[in-house]
Amino acid sequence: MSARFAPGDSVRVAHRGVAGHVRTPQYIRGRCGVVEQVHGAFRNPEHLAYGIRNGPAVELYRVRFPLQDVWPSADSSLDSLDVDLYEHWLEPVGA
Amino acid sequence: MSIEAGHRDFEALEQAFREMLVAREVLTEREVVERAELLYARTPALGARVVARAWFDPNFKTRLLADGSAAVRELGIEVGTLKLVVVADEERVHNLIVCTLCSCYPRMLLGLPPDWYKSVAYRARAVREPRRVLAEFGLILPDDVAVRVHDSTADMRYMVLPLRPAGTENRNEAECAALVTRDAMIGVALPGAP
Repeated sequence: MSARFAPGDSVRVAHRGVAGHVRTPQYIRGRCGVVEQVHGAFRNPEHLAYGIRNGPAVELYRVRFPLQDVWPSADSSLDSLDVDLYEHWLEPVGA
Repeated sequence: MSIEAGHRDFEALEQAFREMLVAREVLTEREVVERAELLYARTPALGARVVARAWFDPNFKTRLLADGSAAVRELGIEVGTLKLVVVADEERVHNLIVCTLCSCYPRMLLGLPPDWYKSVAYRARAVREPRRVLAEFGLILPDDVAVRVHDSTADMRYMVLPLRPAGTENRNEAECAALVTRDAMIGVALPGAP
């Protein structure tokens, strides 16, 4: 499977509630960021946590978010937050 | 409940779980001991060696930033399945590592994480008010330096490559490595002054 997103692409983190073991922090859901790095494909932790070891590998990305977009009260507009996110949590933004 | 009491509960849980795994022949006691010894043998000195090498060899630095685990293996450091991402500080960029979901940490390169790294307070605040957290560690950054926080939420483990301190021009690589602390590689401190 090839990566759907490339560095520089704008993405939005899906805003959904999922029961069980999920590696997408609640605080970043629904936020928009920019792909910084494509890490490669890894087993989905949402499968691994339940003993499914042969599920499809999913692409993993490092996505950068302006800190003030995540926390409006953040101290500096220069600051940012990088979060590692799996592809099925990301949606394209814009054209 | 005190922290100590909590630890006792976890110790009992760990022991029961370990004994069950051994009884069912999933693991042997020897494998458990060997794994623990391997982890306890890892110290921040390994990471410091990597940092100093990158300060002295720009080509190594390039490879380190491109593929952390492969570059570390070049130095003869076996890191197992560690997927290492090294993030480099710049004159106007300061990196800080946290794991908000648990306590992911490059143990094969830095050893066991400090207790504060695993605390709810550090994990919650590092992503929200990193400058205040850094100030409490005694690191007050100029306003024109951007703070880049990395939440290691998945398979990758992060380490900071700090800037080489001023005044170390006449120091050799081993002397420079001695200035690189665990905290400097997490990003809550700068390498020590010579």
